[in-house]
This record gives sequence, structure tokens and C-alpha cells, in this order.
Amino acid sequence: MKKRNWNLRIGCCITGVLVLMIIVGIFWTPYEPNAMSSADKQMAPCLAHLFGTDQFGRDIFSRVLEGGRTSLFIAVCTVAIGAGVGIVVGSLTGYFGGWLDEVLMRLNDSVAAFPSILLALVCVSVFGSGKYKIILTLGILFIPSFARIVRGEFVKERNRDYVENAKIMGAGPFRILFAHILPNVKTVLMSSMAIGFNNAVLAEASMSYLSMGVQPPDASLGRMLSESQSALFTTPWYAICTGTFLVLLILGISLVGQGLQEREDL
Amino acid sequence: MHKSLRNLILVTLILAMVLSLAACGGEKAAEPDNSTEVETPSRAATNEVNVGIAQDLEDSLDPHLAQAAGTREVLFNIFEGLVKPDSEGNIIPAVAADYSVSEDGKVYTFTLRDGITFHNGDAVTVDDVVYSVSRAAGMLDDGAYMAKDTLKGVVSVEATDDKTVVITLADTNTEFLACLATTNVAIIPEDYADQATNPVGTGPFKYVSRSPQENFVMEKYDGYWGEGAKLDKVTYLITNADSLVMSLKSGAIDICAHLTADQVRSVEDQYNIEKDTMKLVQALYLNNAVAPFDDVRVRQALCYAVNVDEIIDLVVDGNGVRVGSSMFPAFQKYFVEELSDYYTQDIEKAKELLTEAGYPDGFSMTITVPSVYPQHVQTGEVIAEQLKAVGITAEIQQVEWGTWLEQVYSNRDFQSTVVGFDTSTMTARGMLERWTNDHAKNMINFNSPEYDELFRQAIVCTDDAEQTELYRQMETILAEQAANVYIQDLYDMVAVNPALDGLTFYPVYVLDLSTVYYK
Amino acid sequence: MKYFTKKFVTLIITLFVVSLLAFLAFQVISGDPAAIKLGTNATPEQLAALRHEMGLDRPILVQYFDWLKNFLFGDMGTSYSYSMSVKSMLAPKLPITITLTLMAFLMIVVVAIPLGIWQGKHAGEPADVAAGMVGQVVMSFPPFFLGMIFTLVFGLIFKLFVQGQFVNYTESVSGFLQYLFFPALAIALPKIAMTAKMLRSSVVQELRKDYVRTALSRGRKFSSVLFVHVLRNALIPVVTFLAMTIADIAAGSIIIEQVFSIPGIGRLLLASILNRDFPVVLAIVVMLAFLVVFVNFLVDVLYQFIDPRIKVS
Repeated sequence: MKKRNWNLRIGCCITGVLVLMIIVGIFWTPYEPNAMSSADKQMAPCLAHLFGTDQFGRDIFSRVLEGGRTSLFIAVCTVAIGAGVGIVVGSLTGYFGGWLDEVLMRLNDSVAAFPSILLALVCVSVFGSGKYKIILTLGILFIPSFARIVRGEFVKERNRDYVENAKIMGAGPFRILFAHILPNVKTVLMSSMAIGFNNAVLAEASMSYLSMGVQPPDASLGRMLSESQSALFTTPWYAICTGTFLVLLILGISLVGQGLQEREDL
Repeated sequence: MHKSLRNLILVTLILAMVLSLAACGGEKAAEPDNSTEVETPSRAATNEVNVGIAQDLEDSLDPHLAQAAGTREVLFNIFEGLVKPDSEGNIIPAVAADYSVSEDGKVYTFTLRDGITFHNGDAVTVDDVVYSVSRAAGMLDDGAYMAKDTLKGVVSVEATDDKTVVITLADTNTEFLACLATTNVAIIPEDYADQATNPVGTGPFKYVSRSPQENFVMEKYDGYWGEGAKLDKVTYLITNADSLVMSLKSGAIDICAHLTADQVRSVEDQYNIEKDTMKLVQALYLNNAVAPFDDVRVRQALCYAVNVDEIIDLVVDGNGVRVGSSMFPAFQKYFVEELSDYYTQDIEKAKELLTEAGYPDGFSMTITVPSVYPQHVQTGEVIAEQLKAVGITAEIQQVEWGTWLEQVYSNRDFQSTVVGFDTSTMTARGMLERWTNDHAKNMINFNSPEYDELFRQAIVCTDDAEQTELYRQMETILAEQAANVYIQDLYDMVAVNPALDGLTFYPVYVLDLSTVYYK
Repeated sequence: MKYFTKKFVTLIITLFVVSLLAFLAFQVISGDPAAIKLGTNATPEQLAALRHEMGLDRPILVQYFDWLKNFLFGDMGTSYSYSMSVKSMLAPKLPITITLTLMAFLMIVVVAIPLGIWQGKHAGEPADVAAGMVGQVVMSFPPFFLGMIFTLVFGLIFKLFVQGQFVNYTESVSGFLQYLFFPALAIALPKIAMTAKMLRSSVVQELRKDYVRTALSRGRKFSSVLFVHVLRNALIPVVTFLAMTIADIAAGSIIIEQVFSIPGIGRLLLASILNRDFPVVLAIVVMLAFLVVFVNFLVDVLYQFIDPRIKVS
């Protein structure tokens, strides 16, 4: 009997629903996320405002969608940069080895030894904050971990038979790297991308919470949580709705990542 | 309805937490910590209070160098000048017991108070006074002393005998006393090198200790010449804006000033909320020297685009008074009320003006705000939203106070900023002089020869009514030229532990703790 | 021994690289310290004089070695904002952050290891599945959100600590530990879930191996096999993970200190970053970096003892 991969299923469901909501939110939100209205200040959740409103009368549901979009956007870009460059660096060093491999991996280890949030803070202190700077900062910081994983896989794969065969067939090194080996490490890569994605969401939320990330009027889940902290007593739904959305987003994706890993193990 | 729903949500939240805790680690239940309650040491018994402040004293503890209003607010309790302000806006003798002014208003003679001592026990001498005033006026060295500009007219500071100090001015200055009544011209011991790390003054409280980003402690000074402090010890706790409400709710803080409307709503069931206007002018300050704000039509368009009443309603829950120029209502004599409605929201007119100025589709701009002031940040957010209606995209850049001082205030490297300007000297001059063209603090680069000329006349004018009129004309120019998008003088809302009494408000931005006592 | 020497050399090189990078980042990119000190009204002559006095006109590498020497001897410079020596600012705050980190680490070890073993032993049973599910959810909570919930629930509703009224270790050690309990828990909880999950799968994998079956068939007790053989192998990956976690906890404390108003290194770091007080930032970053690199080194050495199979690769 084949075991059902529940993690993957549930993860896909949660992630799918949230991402769908965010995508719909790009084109349509019930209210303008930043529209203020003094008549609707601090309304509890009701039919007109599903998640209630904040102290400016902004619709929290619309803002959560917008904030989710910002967080998602930053995370996707970060992973794209990290994984993109990481794959190139990791595959080259892993496949060819040599002194370049040695130097890059030493550098890699030094950087990877640090918690990403600390490095991100250091970068922000030197370069400044803002949406695109955060993406760049986090993206660069995510390169080492991807490079290391990819390198490890390529080292494992480079002596396999199919690589030898390809060489005999006269395939060039780049063809071997990206047409032959890469598809074989796809699963490992996918699950590490899921982990990276979560780390990016968390890092962005933490930095925005410390007001070193996204700047207003851009909404992001971390910033909204920090705003909601002083209103925990007057508008608790603000913190709860935003927090739940963030937790679900992370949960969904980590389940997907785990499911992918399980699928490979089976 | 709201209340019950809120409770329901709270209870659900707690249940969820407890369940997850119980489920994920049965071992933890054995931890002994849940049984004992934290004992709150009664601060009333030891006659001390905790005061919450959002911002640490990061500029300098040296009173002559203290730049931030937040720092001066604290140091006011430790330092005094020759004279000082009282809560009604009068200027009363402090380190000086008495003073007299010559006929022509150019020579001020101060008599030192008998038996007055510094916190280190040393008697205050005329040498200390001469040193302090000359140093603050920048006559000793070219340090970045804050009072350098207001004391520009000082020609000499001399001790004529061991009780008398004479200050001579180049020109008549009827407001000179007010210029002396600020922490920035405090009397400090001569040749004491550690002022920046271990301040010594003559105020009702003396400095005890500080821990960066944690606290600032001061104690009652027993040798104070006057009535003295009623509390024995005051600890300022540095609490960031986000966790401030929690710290108030838990009772860790007894007094906390400058709360936002939202914070007040959260704590008003536990604290007495006292309020008074902050005596400052909050505005969207525009850099008049950079495009597009070098065009008066653009500035006016901004004034028409903004809905001040909505800002007051949203940010401070109606606890603010509209202002239309760089003067706040507490200065009744100078405050020109008509200017408050000089611009009322008129989107069409704003668009017209923008079209005339060559921006039919609007433009994008940056609003730089110091992040320690949630009121200003929130005002910025509301303005950014309102400006969308005329096609202007405003991005908010939150910066730390030090960065704001450097980038905006000193280097004038900004487009627009939301802050409040107050005056430490309780004079109309203090509010209006800074926008004269060549003034070192003319951050907005306001440039109006007419304005400068009026100011020149005003400061030498000895007739009070005439002087007042000149100042009022200056205010009108600021409004007509739309130097800034003027918003409000907001209320300072202070949460006070109900067991405390005696808090008095001053016409300047200080928090006097010497009058506070336990009932 | 060769292994140890090699690792030690790597440690020295890494410390060197890290401190050089940090030094360059803050000393060079962040702007001229002399200009910052003098403010905006300084004349070029004044600037040049101060630069000479501060030794900023020397080659970068000379400056670096000078700084490194002072740093190692405890002279970390003077804070721009506080006119205090950085050392005197950090010294009283270091014990706070270290205690917080250790408490969180202790919680992880004390809770996660028994939990992981228990889950591994009962793998597949409803209780294990339920614990796994809860763990998965807990892992998804950002620590600062957990912190917010804790201040609300334990601080304000159950009043187990007074939020905002930090008790320093100089006043009362028990009060200090009590105040740090929930912040430490907020950092530890997600990590507990991760560690337990990891140990569980590690135990499950080991239990499937042949030697377990052999031992059991020889009549050894299940529990003795579990604790003597299985655990020893299963713990190896967990130890690496835990070591990596120390760095993560230290970083997590930066955020948690903010939530709970704890005046530790993290809060100072944040404030200094925002104030551009670079001598303080540089000192803290380099110190944290040294900690991380040193812990990694210790783990490598420790490994030699746990698992002698690891050789110089």
C-alpha cells in the first residue's frame, strides 16, 4: 500500500489557498489597502470588514493581502537570487573542484556561519533599508547555503555513470552540468528552496518588525505585526489575523518542503 | 458587542497557547515557575517612580550640547540657568536670586543666590556663572553649543564682585531673559570635564547613573535651594514604542508622556490621562530650496491637498489644535487664529496649482520622519494617503533621531519631513527667527527678504504692541508663502499612575518631576 | 592531532577574515569617523588634523592591526552617542544576553532530547503524530510573534512577570532568571520542535538498522539497545544542529530582547545600528562572530570524540 504523502497535500492546500488569495489581492481587494476612513476606526471583524479595521480605519483584510504580497514578493526574489547564483557557484565548484572550490567554500563557510538576521542587520546598517535593498541583502546572504547544498550534490553526481557516458558522447561541460546533472538534483533543490523561502519570509518579517525592513506606506506582515503590538488591547484582531496569516504561510510552505523530501525518500 | 468579541478572541488565543504548550512539552509543566507570582516592589513605599521614555539620551548629557527635545526634557530636572521658566510661562530667578535690566535693555545684572550649591557639594561661584554663560554662547571655544545663535548678541559676561554678574549685549533684546531660561544655558561647574558622562548641575534632582538603552536614574538633591523634589528617586526606563503599551499595562511604568491616541485608548482604564498642548508646531516641513518645493504653487497645492481635520481625527483622536503658521495657540498674543483656516482641503484647486506649476500628473516625493515619534510617523502616513488624490506619491522614510539630526536638520538633505518645532526660550522669536534666510537652523531654506526685514525690525523694537504686530505679519507671510504644510499643535497625553498627583505642564517641552508626589 | 591542528588553523584564518571584513565594512564604507566626530561645520584643516590624531591617514592594514591589537586587549573604542568606552557599555550587558542564550539552549536540550527519543520510540502512534503536528505548527511561529503572545498571556493575564520592569542580575538573581524565563521560552520553542523532529527521524532510521535487530535477537533489552547504541549514533547529527542553533539563538535574542524590553547586547546593537554608532556595532558584531566561529570549532573537536570515524577530508 502506498503511503499517502499527507504533508505535501496539506501543505499544497494551505499554500495554494493563501497564494491564491494574495494573487487575487493583486488585482482586487475589498478596499484600497491604504484608504483611511475616520468613520470606520477600529471596527471589530464583521461582514463589511472580515478582519476588522485598524486605528486609521484601514481594512485589515485588504492590508493582510497586500502585506502578504510584499512578503511573498520579497521571499520569491530572495530565493531567486540566492538559488540562481548559488546553483551557478555550487555546480561549478562542485563539478570542477580545485583551488577556486577551496577558496569559495572557505568564504562560504565564514558567511554561512552567521545567523542571517545578524548579517542582514549589518548590511542594513551599512546600506540602508527599503524593499529593494532588503531583497538584495537577503538574496546575497542566501547564496552560500544554496551554493553549499548544490556543491554537495554535484560532488556526489559527478562520478556517476551517466555523467561518464555523457562525457564519452562528447557533451561539453556546461551541457553536462545543466542538462544532465541539474535535473537529477532537482528534488533536493526544491526542498531546500522551500526552506530558504521560509527563512526569507521570517527574516523579512523580523526585520520589518524591527522597523529595519519595508518602509510605510508599503505594508508587510512583519511591519503590521509591530504596529499591532501597541493595539493588542483595543484591536486584538489586528495582531491575530496578521499573525495567523503569517504562521499559516510559513506552515504551508514548510509542509510542502517536507512533503517533497518524503517523496524523494520513498 | 465589540467588547465581548474582543474577550472571546483573547480567550481563544489563550486556550490555543495553553493547549499547544501542554501538548508539545509535558516536561515543562514540572517547571516551578508558574506557581509563584512576581512580587511587585512597591515604589510608593520607597517614594520613587518609573518614567517611560521612548528615546535614550543619545546626544549628550552636557546641557549645553543637548540637542534633542527628549534629552532636554529630562535634563530640565537636573539643570537650571540663571533664570528658569515656571509653569505659567513667567521667567523666575533660579541660580540668580535677582536681576535688573538697564534702561536701554542692553545690560543685564544678576545677583547670585546665597548658599546655592552644585550636586557635588561645591558652592556656585560667579566664575562658574561667567564660564557657563560664555561657554554656552560659544565664546570660549567653537563647540557645537546649542544656544550659540540665541546668545549671539552677547558682548561680554563679567563678574563685578563675588555676587554679581553683568552681561552686556550689542543690541537691545527684550527677550534676552527668555533666552537664558533654557537648559542649553544651564549653570555648570567651571572646568569640570565629565559633564557628558556624569552631569553635575544645580537642579532639584541629581544624576545617579545610566545604562545605555536601559535606564537613566536620578535622585532628589537634598541641598537644593528651593522647595525641592517631593520624590526621592526617579528612574527613566527606555522603552521602545512598540512595547510601551505592554509596559504600562503591566504597571512597570508610572508616568509616560507623549502617548498616541491609540496608546491612550489601551491604557486609560488603568491610568489617569492628563493632557495639555505640546506647545509645538507640527507640520510637513518642506525644503523650499529643492524642486518641486522651490515653487510656491506646489507648496500651496500641498496645503490644499491635505485635510488637516482628518489628520487630527485619525492620528490623535481629535486631541490637537489646527495651526496655520509657525506659532502655537498657547502664545495667545502672537497666535494669528485666522491663519489656521488659510488653506482648507480643495482637491480641484490643488490640481490647478500643480498644473500651473508644470506637474499636471503630480510627482513623487519622500517624507523623512524620525521613527521615535509615532505621532509624526502616523501623520506622515495619513498625509501620504491624502496626497494620492492629487497624484502625488509620497514615500515615507523612517530614520533614527541621530540620522534625522544629521541628514535633515544639519545637512538639509531632504525633501520633506514631519516633525514638531518647539521653542526652548518661550518667545515668538524662538519660533520665527529660525526661518530667516541666513539663520543656521533654517532647515527648510525659507527665503523671503520681506520676512527677514520684518524680523530685523521686530527684534530691536521696544514697543510691545508694535513688536507683536510685526511678529504676526511674519506669521502671515509664512502662511501665504506656504513655507510648510502646517498641521497642528497636538496634545501631549500623559499617562499617570492614579496614586500620583502634582504633575504640572509647562509652556515649554519639559516634564518637571519635582512637583510630582504620592497622594 | 593532525585533524585538530588543521581545524585550529582554519579557526584562526576564519577569525581573521571575519574581523577584517567587519572592520572594513564599518571603518571604510560607513564614512569617515573624524567627520562624524566633528559634525558638519568642520573645516578641512580641522578634519585633517583630527584624522592624523586618530591615525586615519595610515594605510588600512596598519589601522586594522592596530584596531585588532586594541580589541584583543579589551580596548574597543569609544561610543559616538554615549561618550563612554564601548567596553564599559558592553560589560554589564553581556551576562544578560549570555544567560538568555544559555537558558534557551538548556530548554532545548532538556525538552527536545527526551521528546525526540520518546517520539522515535513511539513513531507512528497517535501521540507521536499529534506531537509532530503541534511541533510543525510551533515551528511556524516567528519568535517575535510568540514573544508578543507570551507578554500578553503570561505577563499581563497570568502576571508571571512584570513586562517592562526588567530585574537585573545585580539586584536579584532569581528575579533576573524569572524575567528571562519566558523570553528564553519564546526563543526555544520553535527550536525545540525542530530538534525533536530531527532526533525522532534520526532514531527511527537507526532503529531500522541491522545491528538493532541483531542485538534484540540476542536477548538484549529494547531500552538498553536504544539508550546504549541507537542514541549514540542518532545524536550525532543532532549535536551539529544544536551547535548551529547557538548562533541562531544569540541572533534570536536580538529580536526577543526588543519584544520583552530586555536591555541586553541585542538591544544595544539595534540602537547602535540605528544611531550609526559604529564603534559599538563593530565590537558587538565581531564578538558575536568570534562566538559563532569558536562554537563551530568546539563542535568539530567534540566530534572527534563522539565519532572517531570523521577524519581529515
